[in-house]
Amino acid sequence: MGKTNALGQYLTLFRIRFIAGLQYRAAALAGIMTQFAWGGMTVLLYRAFYQGDPAAFPQSFEAMCSYIWIQQAFLAIFMVWGLDPEPFELIKSGNIAYELCRPVNIYWMWFVKSTATRLARAVLRCMPILIFALLLPRPYRLVLPDGGRLALFIISLLLALINIVAFTMLLYISTFYTLDSTGLRSLMSTLAEFLSGGLIPLPFFPDSFQRVLSLLPFSGMENTPLQLYNGTMTGADAVFGIGMQVFWAAAMIGTGTVWMRSALKNIVAQGG
Amino acid sequence: MKLYFHYLSLHIRERMEYKKSFLLNLMGQFLGSFSAFLAVYFMFERFHSVEGFTFSQILLSFSVVLMAFSLSECFFRGFDVFSTMIGNGEFDRVLVRPRGTVFLVICSKLQLDRLSRMLQALVMLAYALPRCGVEWTLPRVGVLIIMIGCGMVVFCCLFICGATLSFFTIESIEIINIFTDGAREFGAYPFAVYGKGVLRLLTFVVPLACFQYWPMLWLMQPESPLFYAFCPLFSLLFVIPVSLLWKLGVRKYCSTGS
Repeated sequence: MGKTNALGQYLTLFRIRFIAGLQYRAAALAGIMTQFAWGGMTVLLYRAFYQGDPAAFPQSFEAMCSYIWIQQAFLAIFMVWGLDPEPFELIKSGNIAYELCRPVNIYWMWFVKSTATRLARAVLRCMPILIFALLLPRPYRLVLPDGGRLALFIISLLLALINIVAFTMLLYISTFYTLDSTGLRSLMSTLAEFLSGGLIPLPFFPDSFQRVLSLLPFSGMENTPLQLYNGTMTGADAVFGIGMQVFWAAAMIGTGTVWMRSALKNIVAQGG
Repeated sequence: MKLYFHYLSLHIRERMEYKKSFLLNLMGQFLGSFSAFLAVYFMFERFHSVEGFTFSQILLSFSVVLMAFSLSECFFRGFDVFSTMIGNGEFDRVLVRPRGTVFLVICSKLQLDRLSRMLQALVMLAYALPRCGVEWTLPRVGVLIIMIGCGMVVFCCLFICGATLSFFTIESIEIINIFTDGAREFGAYPFAVYGKGVLRLLTFVVPLACFQYWPMLWLMQPESPLFYAFCPLFSLLFVIPVSLLWKLGVRKYCSTGS
């Protein structure tokens, strides 16, 4: 089997998952409404802070609103906690044995599946939120950046997707050792969410924190694309931010593939 | 009640079978709400006050909401998995048992892991109590306890509300999360922060502000009208529409048959 064939397999897997992900329209509609309400409340909260002391705001209020709307629109990509339950169940139930029989690399199979699921959900949900947010009145609306910034944002967003999936892969693999991983899962995903800027944007963190966080993998999962979109990360910072994303993607995928191999060597399939 | 404790001990013993995971889960939950606390802390490092509320005052409202939420979640979140109960037909079994339906759903799942959230709420409350500028007299302490108690009832109602929706949709519905998880996140700040419209909605439609903002106002400004202190009791009226909705749901229920 040639190299091109192997690649074709993954593309097919990707396509199947992507199309399957597009089917859940009712769930998407509910999700969109939730996210819209969530975004609205967040905007109102920051408005209160902004009215209290505009000078203490690290960016303009308009930029903050754009940040919130973009975050909500692509939440399906950013939410670290939105894990695919399938690998966990496979490992716990022992059905992983069937997966091992397949002539594909299990790491890349799960990687491709997770990526497709997240991307499909985001594609399904982003448009209504973006359109709504563009139509809002002045300070609250989503502002479109120029073409160059938009292109940088999209590149960085895709890198963030790879980073997040690579990170979640590490969580999946850890299940080989712990079997019931709900604890570790919730621990790591809250940590990642907080440190990537999911709760409050990283520019609101104290400066010393920000410097450390810019070196960690989490920043590239959410903060970098959003800051690039807003134009609050430019020039050398932008190059550094994207560089870190590439570095951590490579590092986490590297660790994941090696770890997966050693986990599979010692695997004991659960019976039942 | 005896039956409830029996279920309780069953669930505790079950959880203790996976001790490591249980502990990690506790930590995960703790970190989850602790990161929410850190977020508030970082915001106040920068802004010092919002809408006239200081950091300690925010912590007071945060801990009241978190405590009410975690109490009701710990014991009443059986409703969270309710859509699966409907989906796999397990609810049919509940219907044939000689006990109240609500009671049995409550017993079907207990989330002890969520106790860590309550621990955090207690710590925040302990920090905020002496610092929020309220002179704690007996009636004021009473109001605080009523705030938490009524808050717990409101959250329970919301969980039931969410579950009732799945009678009609079979699938679980994310929308109710705005009022449960959303209230926990956004309830960190007094609801007046979000503007008049939101405050009105959360007073008269979903009475979340009734046990948070209004009585807090009375605690902090003694000159405000006395009925603010009784607002939490007003929120108990929420039980009526929710229980009607639940009854309607049970009546309309037709088994998925699987």
